Amino acid sequence: MLSMLRTIWTVLLHLFRRPITVQYPEEKPYLPPRYRGRIILSRDPDGDERCVGCYLCSAACPVDCIALQAGERPDGRRYPEFFRINFSRCIFCGLCEEACPTYAIQLTPDFELCDYNRQNLVYEKEDLLINGPGKYPGYNFYRVAGLAVSGKEKGASENEDKPVDVKSLLP
Amino acid sequence: MATIYVDDRPYEVDPAKNLLEECLSKGLDLPYFCWHPALGSVGACRQCAVKQYRDENDQRGRIVMACMTPAMDGARISIRDKDAVQFRAGIIELLMSNHPHDCPVCDEGGECHLQDMTVMTGHNYRGYRFGKRTFTNQQLGPFINHEMNRCITCYRCVRYYRDYAGGKDLDAFASHNHVYFGRHEDGALENEFSGNLVEICPTGVFTDKTLKQHYTRKWDLQTAPSVCAHCSLGCNTIAGERYGQLRRILNRYNAQVNGYFLCDRGRFGYGFVNGDRRLRQPRLLQDGESRPVSGAEALKRTALLLGRQSRVIGIGSPRASVEANFALRTLVGSRNFFSGMAPGEEHLVARMLHVLRGAGVRTPSLCEVESADAVLVLGEDVTQTAPLLALAIRQAVKQAPRRQAMQLRIPRWDDAALNEVMQQQKGPLYIATPAGTRLDEAATQCFRGAPDDVARLGFAVARALDATAPPVRGLSREERAAVQAIAGALRKAERPVVVSGSGCGSEAVVDAAAQVARALGGAGTANLCFTAAECNSFGLGLLNAMGTAEAFQRVADGLVDTVVVLENDLYRRVGRASVEAMLASAHVVAIDHSATDTVAGAEVAFPSGTFAETEGTMVNNEGRAQRFYQVFVPQGEVKPAWSWLGELAQAAGRTELTGLRSPDDLLAALGRAVAAFEGLPERVAGASFRVNGEKVPRLSPRASGRTAVSANVNVHEPKPPEDPDSPLAFTMEGYPQQPPSPLITRFWAPGWNSVQSLNKFQAEVGGALAGGDPGMRLIEPVANGAAAYTDEIPPAFRRRAGEFLVVPLHHIFGSDEQSAVAPAVAQRSPGPYAALSPEDAQTLGVQDGEFVEIELDGGMFQLPALLMSSMTVGVLGVPVGIGSLRGVDLPARSRCRRV
Ligand code: SF4
Ligand code: SF4
Ligand code: SF4
Ligand code: SF4
Ligand code: FES
Repeated sequence: MLSMLRTIWTVLLHLFRRPITVQYPEEKPYLPPRYRGRIILSRDPDGDERCVGCYLCSAACPVDCIALQAGERPDGRRYPEFFRINFSRCIFCGLCEEACPTYAIQLTPDFELCDYNRQNLVYEKEDLLINGPGKYPGYNFYRVAGLAVSGKEKGASENEDKPVDVKSLLP
Repeated sequence: MATIYVDDRPYEVDPAKNLLEECLSKGLDLPYFCWHPALGSVGACRQCAVKQYRDENDQRGRIVMACMTPAMDGARISIRDKDAVQFRAGIIELLMSNHPHDCPVCDEGGECHLQDMTVMTGHNYRGYRFGKRTFTNQQLGPFINHEMNRCITCYRCVRYYRDYAGGKDLDAFASHNHVYFGRHEDGALENEFSGNLVEICPTGVFTDKTLKQHYTRKWDLQTAPSVCAHCSLGCNTIAGERYGQLRRILNRYNAQVNGYFLCDRGRFGYGFVNGDRRLRQPRLLQDGESRPVSGAEALKRTALLLGRQSRVIGIGSPRASVEANFALRTLVGSRNFFSGMAPGEEHLVARMLHVLRGAGVRTPSLCEVESADAVLVLGEDVTQTAPLLALAIRQAVKQAPRRQAMQLRIPRWDDAALNEVMQQQKGPLYIATPAGTRLDEAATQCFRGAPDDVARLGFAVARALDATAPPVRGLSREERAAVQAIAGALRKAERPVVVSGSGCGSEAVVDAAAQVARALGGAGTANLCFTAAECNSFGLGLLNAMGTAEAFQRVADGLVDTVVVLENDLYRRVGRASVEAMLASAHVVAIDHSATDTVAGAEVAFPSGTFAETEGTMVNNEGRAQRFYQVFVPQGEVKPAWSWLGELAQAAGRTELTGLRSPDDLLAALGRAVAAFEGLPERVAGASFRVNGEKVPRLSPRASGRTAVSANVNVHEPKPPEDPDSPLAFTMEGYPQQPPSPLITRFWAPGWNSVQSLNKFQAEVGGALAGGDPGMRLIEPVANGAAAYTDEIPPAFRRRAGEFLVVPLHHIFGSDEQSAVAPAVAQRSPGPYAALSPEDAQTLGVQDGEFVEIELDGGMFQLPALLMSSMTVGVLGVPVGIGSLRGVDLPARSRCRRV
């Protein structure tokens, strides 16, 4: 009896609260930048694709919805020849983003991924690649890695000495 | 046996081993870099530090390198000791101080021993804030990629390449922390075993360049146990596929066969599987034009050709499995089944099998060749025809000096000390061939002569060993001296081995080798090693097929309506005219994986699977029957050859193959039909075999992309293909732990992602796989028969003016039909040539590169002359399988003139 009265009292109190329902889709909710929605592939500050095709995101993905093929450009940069995410399988766990060593793959606050046709939820690289660095503006993997790519010879990365002269025995 | 205590637990160990080996054998995890079971220890990396205590009261102990400390009785060590742990973490930190930030773009990533060891020692964050040392890389040819920044200076590469494989063009340069591992200048690595650097180097300095073209991580490769299809040794491999393409070949350890290594032909020759010459659709020849058709249409057409009243013969193949050959034999009947080997080769294989099953000789495994202490090679350029045998012989020449060095009580594993004592000393190795070989540099003495003279030398050695053997008359003084030296060395040796084969095409040479082995006596010791031309030459030989020449004769006589050719390009076996006559006068049905010239001329052609797309058994030169398993499901209408044969029979209303619907059925029937294969079916893990009630998965649990790979075609992912023919599954589901040794699909253990995880699969490090090495020997000599000597000794080779003896010269890259079309191998293959001695060139008046014309088998061939100082005078060498010179039985006499 007492608990019933208390319940009625609580419900009554709610009549005087501000409603928290949002009139979606007319009114868009605020989502923090780190919200885990639609996945994108970003570019490095120089405007080149960031993804180096290392397969770590696809390995980390618990539903195995990422498939790609690594390739190498004539200038020495590694890149994905194709990169496919099946969003009809993706659970937006963010593990791919966590695994990515180049900040290429990022989840965005866009969660509006609905379609009448599942086939339309298969995104290829063209659909994923955006024109900016996303959440990590400064990072450029090739400035840190030891691999030589055009425009950055051996020994030109951050924290690197000039290549050794193997013909010299001097200390 | 001795007892050691590791962290206060007693272990029974072998005192001849070192602590590192024993710790690993007992399943303990101890990080290491520079030690390798095949190379021994040098103590260069300091990673395997443990604490050793004097006795149970010693509390302080001292740090020692486990790989440099014998597992002496009563030794007390600690792996977990705080100081040892800290020491090892410090070493990794030092090794990593210059390491590039490369893992994501490094082909070693995910199977990197350095990654594994770093995780194992717990070094997580970089403390070193200064500049990293860098190097420039070298172009090392089509096989190996070089990325020197990743080096940790363990010295494994040069120790393997120079000391083990006998290579010359890889070395350590510069000094202190600038040590550089590479060539003196850019260029392809010359050694035939350079591909093993991929597995030897614990980091990503040397990686597989062919894998890089279609890079896939180890965890994504669908892998199955396979057997190399590129020579008669049958090295065990792991073949890996992704997205419908075969992407790499790795070594699959088998202590009796290839051990830790493969040759470059076997490792990089897989490209033909993905090549554009593949046949993926049945084809029909109509009005001189070949067009692709559906399987049903091709079968309908073939049904008419194979009908009851039609006279059908079958031509088998030494590169097809025994199952496929046996299916064909069953279909056409054993009296209508022809071997399909070149007539000369076929004869030699039969001869070798006859010898090996007779008394007084025994064929060794490769592992036994390695432990031989005197070797005589007759007529065979082993580096080119059976590469890994050459690697084994290079180890054999170290046996005698090593045995001496070990008398100084240096343990077998102490590589640096042994090398110091042995210096460059070599045990007895004698080579007699028509032309120089790559092994000559390791030989005590080489002998050059025409095949008949090589044979005579062999017969004379037999005579010198045993006075009851028939004598050889008319030897020169030098020859007699050589014979005495060889006989002396063989007699002194504990485990002498004679190596020969079909390489120079001479029956006399094969007989001579057998004669020497018999004269050596010592029944039961493995002493005679033969090689043949192809991966299943011996398996086909055991099927007692009819001679190939007779098939052509029967067709010419009009006794044949239809010929079924199994995975065989007849143009490589007999002259062009004969094949064309056959194509013209009989209906030819070809089954093959690639569009060969025979396929192009066949009335109907069916696409069969390569070694990676089918399952079957091959018999290697040792007589070891080995099963290879399907790696992936091919695209198109590709089916195993035996499966097409079954469908052909059914379509034609024939009953011969009814009930033989799988390789298991065929093998069982084979075991009943042919005595040599008795007992084999029971030994093979067939389709119904299960481990703990489960199949063995081909995919790793980490395999990725399952729900996206085909999503672009259809978002509803298909059911994974089923495999009714083997105990393996095309999924990641199944028995999660180590399968029995014949079914090992990959080497991996928790914490050990690299090939070094192999330690966990061996019963004892460096020994047999747990549960025994796979394969079953089918060729054993009769137990107690008298070995009879042959007295058919050929007369000495005599030159005739203006005429040459044309002999075949083999090439590791180019002579094998299948690997020759792999892009990486093709780049290393030589062009056509006619090799002449400088004297002969002078007589003919030709310079290097000028063309000469030779007449063989009625055809004229123009070839550029190649001056070869090691070539026997009066003998002319032509490369096997390269250029237009095909289908000619060599050796043969020919006129030769300058054009
Ligand atoms: S983890 Fe990052 S760099 Fe690696 S493949 Fe995925 S997106 Fe590309
Ligand atoms: S060698 Fe190993 S640790 Fe070094 S970059 Fe390659 S994968 Fe990473
Ligand atoms: S290249 Fe590889 S094998 Fe050679 S020293 Fe460096 S890390 Fe060791
Ligand atoms: S070609 Fe011969 S030696 Fe080379 S890997 Fe294959 S079987 Fe072994
Ligand atoms: S493995 Fe022992 S010092 Fe390198």
